[in-house]
Amino acid sequence: MIARAFEYTQAASVAEALAALQQDRDAKLLAGGHSLLPLMKLRLATAGRLVDIGRIADLRGVRRDGDRIVVGALTTHAVLAQNPLLREMLPVLSAAAQEIGDLQVRNRGTIGGSIAHGDAAADLPAAVLALDATLHVATSAGEESLPAEGFFLGPMMTALPEGGLLTAVSFPLPPQGTRQAYRKVAHPASGYAVVGVAAVLAMGEDGTVQYARIALTGAGAAPFRAHGVEAALLDRTLSAELAAEAAGRVGDRVEFAGDLYASPSYRRRLAEVHVRRTLMGLL
Amino acid sequence: MQLIGVPQKRVEDPRLITGRGRYTEDVRLPGMLHAAILRSPRAHARIQEIDVAAAQAADGVVAVYTGRDLAGKLGPIPTAWLPPDSDIKATAHPALAVDTVRYVGDGVAMVVAESAAAARDAIDRIKVRYEPMAAVVDQAQAMAEGAPLVHEDAPGNVAFHWKAGTVPEEAFTGAEVVVRRTFRQQRLIPNPMEPRAAVAQYDPSTGDLTLWATSQNPHIHRVLLSSVLGIPEHRLRVVSVDVGGGFGSKIACYPDEALTAYAAMALGRPVKWAETRVEHFQATTHGRDMVIDVELAGRRDGTMTAIRVKNLANMGAYLSTAAPGVPTILFGLIVTGAYTFQHAAVDVYGVFTHTTPTDAYRGAGRPEATYLVERMVDLFAGEIGMDPIEVRRRNLVRPEAFPYQSALGLTYDSGNYQRALDQALETVGYEEIRREQAALRQKGRYIGIGCTSYVEISGLGPSEVAGAVGFQGGLWESANIRVHPSGKVTVFTGGSPHGQGEETTFAQIVADRFGVPLADVEVVHGDTARIAMGWGTYGSRTTAVGGSAIAVAADRVIDKARKIAAHMLEAAEEDIEFRAGRFAVRGAPERAQTFQAVTLQAYLAWNLPEGVEPALEAAAYYNPSNFTFPFGTHIAVVEVDAETGDVQLLRYVAVDDCGKVINPLIAEGQVHGGIVQGIGQALWEGAVYSADGQLLTGSLLDYAMPKARFFPAFETAFTETPAPHNPIGAKGIGETGTIAATPTIVNAVVDALQPFGVQDLAMPLWPERVHQAIQAGRNGR
Repeated sequence: MIARAFEYTQAASVAEALAALQQDRDAKLLAGGHSLLPLMKLRLATAGRLVDIGRIADLRGVRRDGDRIVVGALTTHAVLAQNPLLREMLPVLSAAAQEIGDLQVRNRGTIGGSIAHGDAAADLPAAVLALDATLHVATSAGEESLPAEGFFLGPMMTALPEGGLLTAVSFPLPPQGTRQAYRKVAHPASGYAVVGVAAVLAMGEDGTVQYARIALTGAGAAPFRAHGVEAALLDRTLSAELAAEAAGRVGDRVEFAGDLYASPSYRRRLAEVHVRRTLMGLL
Repeated sequence: MQLIGVPQKRVEDPRLITGRGRYTEDVRLPGMLHAAILRSPRAHARIQEIDVAAAQAADGVVAVYTGRDLAGKLGPIPTAWLPPDSDIKATAHPALAVDTVRYVGDGVAMVVAESAAAARDAIDRIKVRYEPMAAVVDQAQAMAEGAPLVHEDAPGNVAFHWKAGTVPEEAFTGAEVVVRRTFRQQRLIPNPMEPRAAVAQYDPSTGDLTLWATSQNPHIHRVLLSSVLGIPEHRLRVVSVDVGGGFGSKIACYPDEALTAYAAMALGRPVKWAETRVEHFQATTHGRDMVIDVELAGRRDGTMTAIRVKNLANMGAYLSTAAPGVPTILFGLIVTGAYTFQHAAVDVYGVFTHTTPTDAYRGAGRPEATYLVERMVDLFAGEIGMDPIEVRRRNLVRPEAFPYQSALGLTYDSGNYQRALDQALETVGYEEIRREQAALRQKGRYIGIGCTSYVEISGLGPSEVAGAVGFQGGLWESANIRVHPSGKVTVFTGGSPHGQGEETTFAQIVADRFGVPLADVEVVHGDTARIAMGWGTYGSRTTAVGGSAIAVAADRVIDKARKIAAHMLEAAEEDIEFRAGRFAVRGAPERAQTFQAVTLQAYLAWNLPEGVEPALEAAAYYNPSNFTFPFGTHIAVVEVDAETGDVQLLRYVAVDDCGKVINPLIAEGQVHGGIVQGIGQALWEGAVYSADGQLLTGSLLDYAMPKARFFPAFETAFTETPAPHNPIGAKGIGETGTIAATPTIVNAVVDALQPFGVQDLAMPLWPERVHQAIQAGRNGR
């Protein structure tokens, strides 16, 4: 398991990293290295140059910024899982991070790396979608902010602009009294989600659902929001019957993925069952 | 101090778990080169041309070899188990393919370079033009008319045909009940923590070749490689001290270590080769892969009378070193399990396919046999409407029947199968769980209870039997015990433990006998230069056979020391008692000499009794008179999620009897590891080939190895029924868990799904399959 030879640049700042990317069309960004390096060792990915952004301090950390929470792209899964602010305000993000890989992976892997890599079965994209996150990208032309929805296009395909560097992920504060959960069926070999469900619900004073974000990962060609499920929940009182009815709409306009372990029809089944159970858990 | 039967932490562990082990890959020698092997991406193709020019010209490349370059210089790899009367087509595996590649992973060329990176880069620069040919990966399809042939001289792709036992036709025609079923033992990929590796160093001035290799049996490697390489055996040293697991996959002699040795000789520099994990998936032997038809005859009173088995065993593209023995001897002779069948017959075809060769994998034949008989017991019980536990109870060999001659001619040495069954039932609380099961079903929850009462052939074995069944070696074991002048002890064993903990177990046997501290005993293994001869570690033989050799040698040391002690104490030899490290005169305990004092006198030799030579050392070559037959009962409780087919393990109870337990801590660890591997086959593991021979489960991303978090705490216990025919009473515990756990789990899941009319499920029990069976059951009603 030896990667092809490559050049290595350590970037001291975002500007340096962007310049290095621009200089070398065959360059790739290296953060935690837990997705890219295995692919390079298998020679399924190559890079003429790796631009290591791992020591850019600005990209690290979790902070409150007015009515948003900003998470630096280099923040590790372990921090996401443990950070008190995130655990209090965005527990679905912490829960999804806790489901990633093993301890070593969580200590190295980063939120920015996971999202930019765009694995269709990664855990964080589901949480990011369910939390209406904004992705902050630096390019040589300036800064861009992209909504999480629409970012994940397909297996290893995202809307990240060419030569762009994901610097942070920011989250609006969820509504008062929000209930959040992440539920995952892990592939027994890879640990990636066969189906992962992130849910954020808020109830009005009358007990009806006033806010619903349901996102899935692993189920399709890219992580997605289940709008049909959300629509079925709104303005209604959550019950076992409603959970079942809403979960039944998880397949609306979705093409489910299939592999040796789980066919598309079985993934659909899993998605429905686990959306329902996730909702029941929030009852 | 008594050490036998007392838990001791493993003395090898501090070294191994703090990164100070010395595995083959850790060997670094001055001037060492690195090898990489180009492997076939096609399952079956004619090699039209290999262009190595670009690779040869690459930076750091020292040599490139193809199959043609090696013709006449490096012999093919032989098969070393040739079951008699089986018309076996023993293939010789060329070290590198010459004209034809026969599986994905078959070696095509080797690059030797100044660095591992340069070697790896250079294999990408070799251009091979293949003429693709039709491939076949399934054994039944391979036997069909018109199937592509793997070897021209094996029509129908039949590698061998072996039979044992007979069943009179009326045993079935006149039977009250006949149950028939086909089971598929899916292919497994061993995946020890340490992949295979080899380092070779040649000294042209003496002609000595040292080969560090990941082997379970370095002396067997030496015998085989000396003929493959054309090196006299006394010039070849094979070293396999720290080996990170094998599970059977490191028994075989592979082309790769032969190539590494050849390159070291040809180039006059040390060469290292180490496989990657992905390479391991393709190039290291696989396990299982059998399609087994079973017919069982019985009576409505629960008696099982006859069993007939036909096994189509997928051997892959070549017959690996021990492979033909697995589906024949190790499988065929134990299909009656722990039960008193009157008649049994086995019919086995070994079949070539365009897949990675199969060979022994933890349990090797015995898990497959146990699976079929234990599944059939449950199916038979369902057929006659009897509790499967009751069927087991009625058919288990009775304690008073030992030594018991099985229908297939084995002599089960000792046992109390009922006691293990009763203890397991009591531990799990069988009746209560049955009541709970009924209550939960009312609520739409489905728990199941599965049981296996197994018996295993282990402690391989009597050398005469080895010969009779075509194993091209002996199965005795050697021991040499050298007591140093200070009374410290070095034990040399021909066993080659690679994770089983015998550096501790064997030290316990010796320290216990000599009455010296455990720390005073060192166990040396895995080096043909330090150990005269040995047959290695597999088939749960090392403690039973190698440990017995050590016990015999230790007693020889004591016999000699007793003579010296008697002389020192001016007493008659027969009046000397040896206990707890002291030789004392009977009736006068104050007249005594310590083991260490006697040892010193043995070496000083100032005043030895007449006829006694100096020094204190003894050897033993122990050839067992029988195999050993561990047994036990495992019970699992599972819950199946009827909405998704997901299987959850709730309880796992294992009551094993491996005879006398030397170190309960190690024995329990072996049981844990075995159970995990057995459940791995039941629930997660399975190699899948596409129809054209691509391995679809080619890495740990797709092939699910069990992980610790998948399991509940195991409830383990031992009963002790000593092996009557060896001096330590030990039987073997390395494979029992793997043998018992697989059918236990499948029985439990099928039991859970009784309300849906499910009778059988194909392994691995991936949730989708289970869910499909539930849906089929729901729709069928």
